[in-house]
Amino acid sequence: MNEALAQRISDDLLRPVVTTTWKFWLLVAVLGSIVAMGLGTWFYQMYMGFGLTGINMPVYWAFYITNFVFWIGISHAGTLISAILRLVNAGWRRPVTRCAEVITVFALMIGALFPIIHLGRPWLFFWLVPYPSERLIWPNFRSPLVWDFFAINTYLTGSLLFLLLPMIPDFALVRDKTTGWRKKLYSVLALRWQGTTKQWHRLESAMQIMAIAIIPVAVSVHSIVSFDFSMAVVPLWHSTIFAPYFVTGAIFSGIAALILAMATLRKVLHLEEYLHPVHFQNLGKLLLMMSLLWTYFVFAERLTAWYGNEPSEVEALIVTQSGSFAPLYWTMVVCNFVVPFVILSLRKLRTITGCVIASSTVLVGMWLERFLIVVPSLSHKYLPYTWGHYRPRPVEIIITISTFAAMMLLYTLFAKLVPIISIWELKVGEHPVAAGKAAELREHPLWKANP
Amino acid sequence: MPHRWGMAVDLDRCTGCGACVTACHAENNIPTVGDSQAARGRAMHWIRVERYWEGEYPDVTLKFRPVMCQQCDAAPCEPVCPTYASHHTDEGLNAQIYNRCIGTRYCANACPYNVRFFDFFHPQWPKPLDAQLNPDVSVREVGVMEKCTFCVQRIHAAAIDAKAANRELKDGEIQPACVQSCSAKALVFGDLNDPESEVSKLSRSDRGHKLLDDLGTLPKVTYLNRPQA
Repeated sequence: MNEALAQRISDDLLRPVVTTTWKFWLLVAVLGSIVAMGLGTWFYQMYMGFGLTGINMPVYWAFYITNFVFWIGISHAGTLISAILRLVNAGWRRPVTRCAEVITVFALMIGALFPIIHLGRPWLFFWLVPYPSERLIWPNFRSPLVWDFFAINTYLTGSLLFLLLPMIPDFALVRDKTTGWRKKLYSVLALRWQGTTKQWHRLESAMQIMAIAIIPVAVSVHSIVSFDFSMAVVPLWHSTIFAPYFVTGAIFSGIAALILAMATLRKVLHLEEYLHPVHFQNLGKLLLMMSLLWTYFVFAERLTAWYGNEPSEVEALIVTQSGSFAPLYWTMVVCNFVVPFVILSLRKLRTITGCVIASSTVLVGMWLERFLIVVPSLSHKYLPYTWGHYRPRPVEIIITISTFAAMMLLYTLFAKLVPIISIWELKVGEHPVAAGKAAELREHPLWKANP
Repeated sequence: MPHRWGMAVDLDRCTGCGACVTACHAENNIPTVGDSQAARGRAMHWIRVERYWEGEYPDVTLKFRPVMCQQCDAAPCEPVCPTYASHHTDEGLNAQIYNRCIGTRYCANACPYNVRFFDFFHPQWPKPLDAQLNPDVSVREVGVMEKCTFCVQRIHAAAIDAKAANRELKDGEIQPACVQSCSAKALVFGDLNDPESEVSKLSRSDRGHKLLDDLGTLPKVTYLNRPQA
């Protein structure tokens, strides 16, 4: 690779890190105030009592647990996809991996907050930690919630490492290219990276080990989240299909989140020459495959419940398919199957815009899917006398919205502090820009359709 | 031999009067949540009288079924609690340690009978009910789960009395509030490990069945069917 090209890559990708416009501060202010509002609402809820939510007997879990499962699902975008792509050494992965891995870390941080937000006494959440207390009380290791605690912490630690490792050489690059406080900050972050052969060798080995280790962890995390439901004798929860069904849904919604994040970065940070239509094409195909797989799981789950004809299960099934939850259910089917299937299976529509539309509906649909797993079953448990209903209250809606703002805020701040595309990986890879084929690429019909 | 507390509910005797519900509220310091909260499903009745209508108007039969915690031997609420707040005692009771509860509400979801209740707000009683709290029962704070205890405070009090007098507990000596207040004597409480106790005899009755028996929760409450007309 020639010097000029390497220089250009560095300049292009470092620009967001070293220059800041008023638009950035405006965005941070807007998102920050939404997040502050969410935090305030949470404290208000703690102060006034959990009764501010719409939770009732028998629907003891609703919006917060929906958000928990949804965000943990989103976290499967990054690490899992990027680890698989790294392992198979897919060349096109290079500009994608980091923005995917960041989603994982932030989505996990947000998702892990919800089991705390939803507690009746959130200030005591640390009782899930197995610390030696003077009363010799340990957490109950039979409880799926304790399994969750360990699974999420393992995944968060693993994906943080997985994110941080490939950032070291880029931190060193920023250190070398900047002055002032940035130089000091990135000197610390770069961990004395000098780029020696030994260091490169160790980095590659560490990344390889993490890529292999993180895949089973990711799969197990959402399996364990699904155990929160499938371990309880609740109609339609008590199903052996839940673990793979949840993992599939998680990867599905994760890819959708990744496509949206990439499209936004491409527009806002002007990364058109780095995030190409082909990336969206490939991820779009993956999204289509996951959509079909997800549809199959829903079909299999519903079919066995209906065929088994167990009265309480059939009741929960009917209320979802054709009862009061039917509008949400069929919206979910349209969002998760019809729209992505039509858009992504036709090559003409599988453009960047098409992928963005499909991804947006998938996110809506997957949120509804989680809601429809949690609520209808609880509202229609065994004894008809205790059947109930659920409507969200303002606190739940505000806190839910604010976590989406929190995700965007964290992502914005991250993209400001760290090159969102891995510079060194791009330079060593056979990337069209790196190989000097940018002009050729612009002649591609897809590029012309989505410049 | 340790006791194994159980109950028999004779559905043929239950008149659906609701005295058990009121007695339970008074005995166990259960907050009254008010009509607007009750309409939103926050009413806390550790025991409730379920009403089921059968047939088409005007040939309607009304059936009552008092439902309280079934004190399952294989209780779905117990393993799911991350902090051991919901646990099994030596005498077979499903106990709830309020101070240990962090309010995940998982136990309530796992319970097929929906007999576990959550304190959505700090408990309050309209005057003059605030002056009649039972000193033997702790008042629960906001954010914890609570449920029927088989009036464990009465069980303990009777056991202490018996021990002080150096004698065995007599059958019928312990009466939970609901049993005591049932004018039709539809509820019978006692030791299932004593084959001669009234509750043991009733539990072995041909009319007996368990609620949602097929779930395998092994309840210690036995319901006695109405004889077929």
